[in-house]
Amino acid sequence: MTTYIMNWGVFFDELPGGGERYWQLIVSGIGWTLAVSACAWVIALALGSVIGTIRTTDRPWMVHFGNAWVEFFRNIPLLVQMFLWYFVVPEFIPPLKSWIVQTDPANAQFVSAVLCLGLFTSARVAEQVRAGIQSLARGQRMAGMAIGLTQPQVYRYVLLPMGFRIIIPPLTSETMNLIKNSSIALTIGLPELTFRARELGEYTFNFFEAFTAATLIYIAIAMTANRVMALVERRTAVPGFIVGGAK
Amino acid sequence: MHLDFSIIANSLPYLWKGFQYTVQLTVIAALGGLFFGTLLALARLSPIKWLSGFAGGYVNLMRSIPLVLVIFWFFFLMPEILQWATRAERPVQIGAERTAIITFILFEAAYFCEIMRAGIQSIPKGQVNSAYALGLTYGQAMRLVILPQAFRNMIPILLTQTIILFQDTSLVYVISATDFVGAASKIAQRDGRLVEMYLFVAVVYFVICYTLSFMVKRLQKKIAVIR
Repeated sequence: MTTYIMNWGVFFDELPGGGERYWQLIVSGIGWTLAVSACAWVIALALGSVIGTIRTTDRPWMVHFGNAWVEFFRNIPLLVQMFLWYFVVPEFIPPLKSWIVQTDPANAQFVSAVLCLGLFTSARVAEQVRAGIQSLARGQRMAGMAIGLTQPQVYRYVLLPMGFRIIIPPLTSETMNLIKNSSIALTIGLPELTFRARELGEYTFNFFEAFTAATLIYIAIAMTANRVMALVERRTAVPGFIVGGAK
Repeated sequence: MHLDFSIIANSLPYLWKGFQYTVQLTVIAALGGLFFGTLLALARLSPIKWLSGFAGGYVNLMRSIPLVLVIFWFFFLMPEILQWATRAERPVQIGAERTAIITFILFEAAYFCEIMRAGIQSIPKGQVNSAYALGLTYGQAMRLVILPQAFRNMIPILLTQTIILFQDTSLVYVISATDFVGAASKIAQRDGRLVEMYLFVAVVYFVICYTLSFMVKRLQKKIAVIR
C-alpha cells in the first residue's frame, strides 16, 4: 500500500542543482505574482477610470466605444486572452516580435501577462466606475452645470470624487480577483506563485506541502489587499457618509 | 505574415468534440454547483454555529485562492482520496476530464452559495414567519415559500455566473484536459498554427458569450417589469 508521506521540511531542502533552496523558489514566485498584479492594477485603474467615465457622458460615440471595450474583454476567457497577447499579437507587430525573440523569455511573459491582465481588469473597473457615477443623484450633475462648470469640470470636481469613493468596496474585490487571475500567467510560462508551487511538487512529490504553502500565501496577500483598501476607504471618507470597512 | 485558416476546417471534428466537453462540463458544474451552493447557503444562514461556520469557511477558502490552484489541488488530491475511500492498493486515477467535473462542481458551489444567500436574504423576514405561523416545518418553508422566490429573483445573476463558468472551464487546459481550448491548442501546437487557432477560439467564445449575456440582459428587463 502506497501512502503519502508528509515532509514539511522540504522547503529547506536544496534544489537538485544545488545552491538554492525550495523556499527561495516560492519567494521568487511571490515576487512575480505581486509584480504582475501591481503593474496590471495600475493599467486597469487608469484605463478603467477613463473608459468607465466616458460611458456616462452625452457623446454617443464615446459611450459606444466604452461599451465595445467592456464587451470585448468580458466575453473572451482570460486564458484565451493570455494566449492572444503572448502568441498572436506579436505576430502582427514585427518590432515586438523581434524584441521577444532576443529578450529573456521571462520579460516577454511578464509584459504579455501585464498587458493581458491590465486590459481585462480595466473592463471590469470601467463597469464599476460607470455604476458608481450613475449611482449619484441626477441633481449633482445638474447642479454642477447650473453653477457654470463645463462637462469635464463637472466630472473632475463633482461626480468623480464621490463616484470613486462609492466604488472602493467593489474595487477591493476586483483587486483580489486580479491577484488570483495572475496565476493564469503560468500557462504562458511565467514562474509566478502557483507555477512555483507546482514545480516544487513535481521536483519533490511533496505536492500537499507546496499547495498548502501557496494557498496560505494567497490568503495572506488577499487579506493584506483587503486591509489596504479598507484603510484607503477610511482615509478618503467624506464626513456624513456611511463608510464600511472601518472595523 | 501568412494566415491559413484551412487548418480550422480540417480539424473541426476534433474541435467539436472538445467543445462538447466544454458544454457538458459547464452544464454539469452549473447544476451541481447550484444544488450544493443552495445547501451551503442554507447552512451558512443556519442558526447552528458549527454548520454556518463550516459553510462560511469553505466558501471563503474557495473564493480566496485562484481557480488554477484549486484545479491543481483536486487533480492531486482526488486519487489520494479515492484510494482512501476505496481502500485501493495505490492512488486511483480517474483522468483529467472527470477530475475537472468534480472540481468545478465543488468550486462553483462556493460562488452559487453567495448568490443564493443574497437571494434568500432578499425575501422579507415576514414570509418566513408567516410560513411558520401556517404550521410549515423548516424544510417546507424553504422548499415551498423561500427558495422558489429566491431562485426566481436571482435567475439573471445565476445565468451570468454560468456564462463566467463557461469561460472559466477553459482553465482545465492546465491539467491537459481536452476541452475546446485544449483541443485547439493541441492541434495548434502539432501544426504550428497558433495564430489562426487562437483567433478562431477567441471569436467562437466571444460570439457565444456576447449572445448569451445579451439574452440575459433582455430577460432581466422582462423580469424587472413583472415585479
